[in-house]
Amino acid sequence: MTWFEQNQSYIWQLAVQHFWLSIIPIVLGFLTALPLGWIAARHRRPRAVILSAGSIVYTIPSLPLLIVLPSVLGTSFLDPINVIIALTAYAAALLVHTATDAFTQVPSAVIDSASASGYSGWQRALTVELPLAGPVLLAGVRVVSVSTVSIATIGPLIGVSNLGALFTDGFQRGFTTEIVIGVIAVVALALVLDLLWVGIGRFAMPWQRVRQVAS
Amino acid sequence: MAIEYRGVSKTFADGTTAVDAFSLRLDSRTTTVFVGSSGCGKTTLLRMVNRMVEPSAGQVLIDDVDVATRKPVELRRSIGYVMQHAGLLPHRKVIDNVATPLRLIGVPRADARRRAHEAIEKVGLDAAIATRYPGQLSGGQQQRVGVARGLVADPNILLMDEPFGAVDPIIRAELQQELLRLQRELGKTIVFVTHDIDEAFLLGDRVVILQTGAQIAQVGTPAEILAAPADDFVSRFVGVDRGRRSLRIQHIDGRQVVVDGDGRPAGVLT
Amino acid sequence: MSGVIPQSWDWLTDGAHWSGADGFPHRLAEQLGYTALTVSIATAIALPIGLWIGHTGRLRGVAVVVTGSLRALPTLGVLTFMVLWRGIGLTPAVVALVVLAIPPLLAGAYAGLESVDRQTINAARAMGMTEWQVLGTVEIPLALPLIIGGIRSAVLQVVATATVAAYIGLGGLGRYLFDGIAVRDYPQMVAGSVVVVLLALILDAAFAATQRVAQNAAAPQ
Repeated sequence: MTWFEQNQSYIWQLAVQHFWLSIIPIVLGFLTALPLGWIAARHRRPRAVILSAGSIVYTIPSLPLLIVLPSVLGTSFLDPINVIIALTAYAAALLVHTATDAFTQVPSAVIDSASASGYSGWQRALTVELPLAGPVLLAGVRVVSVSTVSIATIGPLIGVSNLGALFTDGFQRGFTTEIVIGVIAVVALALVLDLLWVGIGRFAMPWQRVRQVAS
Repeated sequence: MAIEYRGVSKTFADGTTAVDAFSLRLDSRTTTVFVGSSGCGKTTLLRMVNRMVEPSAGQVLIDDVDVATRKPVELRRSIGYVMQHAGLLPHRKVIDNVATPLRLIGVPRADARRRAHEAIEKVGLDAAIATRYPGQLSGGQQQRVGVARGLVADPNILLMDEPFGAVDPIIRAELQQELLRLQRELGKTIVFVTHDIDEAFLLGDRVVILQTGAQIAQVGTPAEILAAPADDFVSRFVGVDRGRRSLRIQHIDGRQVVVDGDGRPAGVLT
Repeated sequence: MSGVIPQSWDWLTDGAHWSGADGFPHRLAEQLGYTALTVSIATAIALPIGLWIGHTGRLRGVAVVVTGSLRALPTLGVLTFMVLWRGIGLTPAVVALVVLAIPPLLAGAYAGLESVDRQTINAARAMGMTEWQVLGTVEIPLALPLIIGGIRSAVLQVVATATVAAYIGLGGLGRYLFDGIAVRDYPQMVAGSVVVVLLALILDAAFAATQRVAQNAAAPQ
């Protein structure tokens, strides 16, 4: 374990890079998927298109996508922006399905009564539907968070440095310990992010904390 | 096929006592209705007959044989079971659904289908629905198919768990009349569970009014119960204390009109 | 970079790249071979367990935790670790691929069984079906769409991870990616990537069609 002690600052650096490479796509993916999911929940025709597009994007394997993206976008090959865009696309693709489900399961009776009470379209969407879709959305974000942190580890293969470098470096040097530490670090980062989302969820949805009495 | 409950109790894993020392003898070839509010244990009692629920204490006997001594699968194949929402297999055609109990006891497919056709017609359904799938049927039709399936193997005992609860009132009335007709024709031992006292009085030769823990509030024929409710609970449950069942005669235009306690007309004496 | 796309097209259509051990047919066959092998093994392991969990309802909590944990493991980490631990070769790589393919299969199986209406299962038992009959004639046919969905996810997962596995010496289409990365041969990289993406899309479409067939069989309207 002395290698670990010697390289703590290096590992920490990688972890911080990995953190940003993960959290930006998750947030951007979420913000993209939210309106798309809302539309898909309300309107049948767009729903088929949106969900199909999401499925197709999610089907594309990660490494090939990272390699093809620079040619399509005109970015430089080694630019981290490729990784962020690819991860955002995956996050959005997954979350679009979740968001659609989340808004679909909001009871129509509640939406009806909100409209009848005089809520405008925007008000209703933001203050009634969004909070009620919250728990399902949160569950989706947690799943996407884990997969984003995991997929990001292939960044070093195309020269974008993050915790995955512990795998490539460890492999090239035949150093198993480094790889194991890398796996632990990745899982730990995923856990930290998970706690972050749960915390945000508790803050944003205080009514979920109260035990339901009437069923 | 007489059914007997001897000192039967059931406590579930979470601590709730659904049935507390229940004893009763049900005569064969009659319809016995267990009626009570949700959670009184009536469904649990029903499901003890075919060992879908095992009693924590006591015995359930069919023709003086403890059901616990019979293998559950074999026992269930000899008893007809009809439940709410029919529980039909959505991926099989109606004819195959109805034929399933026969196939389970080894009846060859052609025979089974022939008898299934007979059962379908017996419950008042058009033969054409035999080739449809359950998803293409209305709620009332699905329930009739469920009854056909329960009867197809000609079991002596028919267990019915709120079978007409999920359909609308008009269909429910039709199904109830259908059941009465079938029972006149076939004379099965029927155990019927419902929370609707009117349905119980309509269908039951004997009605068992239950309270929590399957405690018997009163047992008797509908007429006996109406004429002499055992206590306040029964009076309230049956509706005797309210206006609807307290009838008297008013003379109007020379006719004898029967009115209820609130003065609303219920019928005319002929 | 603008020249890369026509260059990749040239690379792709170059006859030399369609023959021999490094030709497309061979690499494609390798990729499909790894995929078929991995998915078969993973299915043989995960499906019975998943069906048991879904049918009996037991150990579900454990299954969810195990599935979640395996999904969190980074692909590259598992691959490099296996090879360092057990040496370069087909077996360590396949073991790694199998471990990563198990979560979707397991989840598809127990989620599929859980999606079957309890009333239908109740009625089947009450009619006197044995547990095996309930599983075979009621639960599995009705759960089939989700089970196939699990296999579909697993297949796509393996195609993707097998591509990355070229890094640890495996063959398959990933070879074009890594050989290209090593010498900065962009046309090769992009050509190889496009082929992998097309393979994934085609397999996905095939499974989607199969799922629809199973869906119609489970609930004919």
